[in-house]
Amino acid sequence: MLNVENLVVCYGGIEALKGIDFNVEEGKIVTLIGANGAGKSTTLKSIVGLVKPKNGKISYLNKNLLNVETKNMVKEGIVLVPEGRRVFPDLTVLENLKIGAFVRKDENKIKEDLEWVYSLFPRLKERTWQLAGTLSGGEQQMLAVGRALMARPKLMMMDEPSLGLAPLIVKEIFEIIKEINKQGVTILLIEQNANAALHIADYAYVLETGKITMQGKGKELLEDENVKKAYLGQNTK
Amino acid sequence: MTLELFLQHFANGISLGSLYALIAIGYTMVYGILRLINFAHGDIFMMATYFAFFGVLTFNMPWYISFIVAIILTGLLGIGVEKAAYRPLRNSPKISILISAIGVSYLLENLSIVLFDGRPKPFPTPNIFADVINIGNISIQRLTFIIPVVTIILLFLLLFLVNNTKSGMAMRAVSKDQETAQLMGVDVNSTISFTFGIGSMLAAIGGLMWALKFPQIQPLMGVMPGLKCFIAAVIGGIGNIKGAVIGGFLLGIGEILLVAFLPSLSGYRDAFAFILLILILLFKPTGIMGEKIAEKV
Ligand SMILES: Nc1ncnc2c1ncn2[C@@H]1O[C@H](COP(=O)(O)OP(=O)(O)OP(=O)(O)O)[C@@H](O)[C@H]1O
Ligand SMILES: [Mg+2]
Repeated sequence: MLNVENLVVCYGGIEALKGIDFNVEEGKIVTLIGANGAGKSTTLKSIVGLVKPKNGKISYLNKNLLNVETKNMVKEGIVLVPEGRRVFPDLTVLENLKIGAFVRKDENKIKEDLEWVYSLFPRLKERTWQLAGTLSGGEQQMLAVGRALMARPKLMMMDEPSLGLAPLIVKEIFEIIKEINKQGVTILLIEQNANAALHIADYAYVLETGKITMQGKGKELLEDENVKKAYLGQNTK
Repeated sequence: MTLELFLQHFANGISLGSLYALIAIGYTMVYGILRLINFAHGDIFMMATYFAFFGVLTFNMPWYISFIVAIILTGLLGIGVEKAAYRPLRNSPKISILISAIGVSYLLENLSIVLFDGRPKPFPTPNIFADVINIGNISIQRLTFIIPVVTIILLFLLLFLVNNTKSGMAMRAVSKDQETAQLMGVDVNSTISFTFGIGSMLAAIGGLMWALKFPQIQPLMGVMPGLKCFIAAVIGGIGNIKGAVIGGFLLGIGEILLVAFLPSLSGYRDAFAFILLILILLFKPTGIMGEKIAEKV
């Protein structure tokens, strides 16, 4: 579905991505794990056009994504849940969800999807009129995911959804990611929390300072000695 | 001072305050979305009056057609200024855009001196505005009533637009986080253009009513009102639409009452706004309705 080839991104003279290749198969959960500064966010930003790559190809459903502007990504069915949630703080929960459906015109379907999101996250329903800025971190993450779902994406990309959340909430959110995937949304999940990510991923890549150093089925990487040492051993999250 | 006289002054204050409010809204909207003080805003207000002037006198349009044309042209001018002078600098340091705004301001002022001639021109005032209404012992120009009514109607329309429509939601989203708004499919450029268009059209309506109230127009007429309305926006809490309106009314009413009660100070009329600004900056720098801080980082 999404295919990235030899992606190189530079900030100033410094290469943040040194030519990475990966592939997201339709219907799957694919994860990209890596430590701070590995280039995870940069990868997602290049896919959605917020960062211009120096080199490489990004194709999506056989279309060259490099020519698609950021604001048109949702129309292609691609949506990003950004790092740090980035909900609109002085919009209400409902408005945040509605803005997820900004480009859609099918009012009836939007209403259905709103109910769908509320059924996934009942906590948001109780807080429809609350300003998003006053939600707890976990609730904001739910809202960010709900907002993305309101676009009815084919591919949902998530940048560290576990960031700063208590283990129980992380578990809850990852369960929901699995559920969303079961309902037909392909997921590209970026995580530092390798343990949580590998448990739900069909396929995984390990990104280290701008290079992909390992890849394999989620379960396989969980058993891999190198991964255990580097990402699971000291990971207490 | 008799009650009648006080009411008469008060009505004048409200009407001047309404004009300030309409112009202050433009400052606040642009600041809200771009974090930019649009120094050209006062000159855009001035241009509106010339558009209407030429519409009536050169093109012989009826005044209401000419006003509508002027309002639309002014909206387009605002959009054009943003496209030409601010958009190319959007990713530059804030100070660059600010300087560009000052440049646009001088450009518009000097361009109108060259094109329209620097000498003041009498603005044609249709009779329906000039009529005087008598209530008891108070006699007030009809315009003095019309101005606040128009302002209040526009304010409600604007608040509806911002709070209850999709475009308004896009404006609020873009003003907080352009990147994320884009990811949701919001067209940031057209949202910003829309904001400039609305703000400039409101300034045009303010400018036209200003020219009806003080029927003489000249290329530098936007400078002082521009400054004062910027102050009104700051007093109200820049970025906040209701705040800009409150600031405008406070400034207008305060100014008129100052002159009325302390005629010996009437020479300090313009200084009043600046003194108020200093006091606000000292005691409540975020303004009366200062932006809510609801962000959790
Ligand atoms: N706008 C920028 N300008 C310059 N350098 C940048 C910029 N954004 C990122 N970088 C650099 O690129 C590298 C990769 O950053 P990136 O944000 O992709 O890391 P990450 O894997 O998402 O890390 P984290 O887990 O901390 O979010 C880092 O060294 C970072 O300093
Ligand atoms: Mg990151």
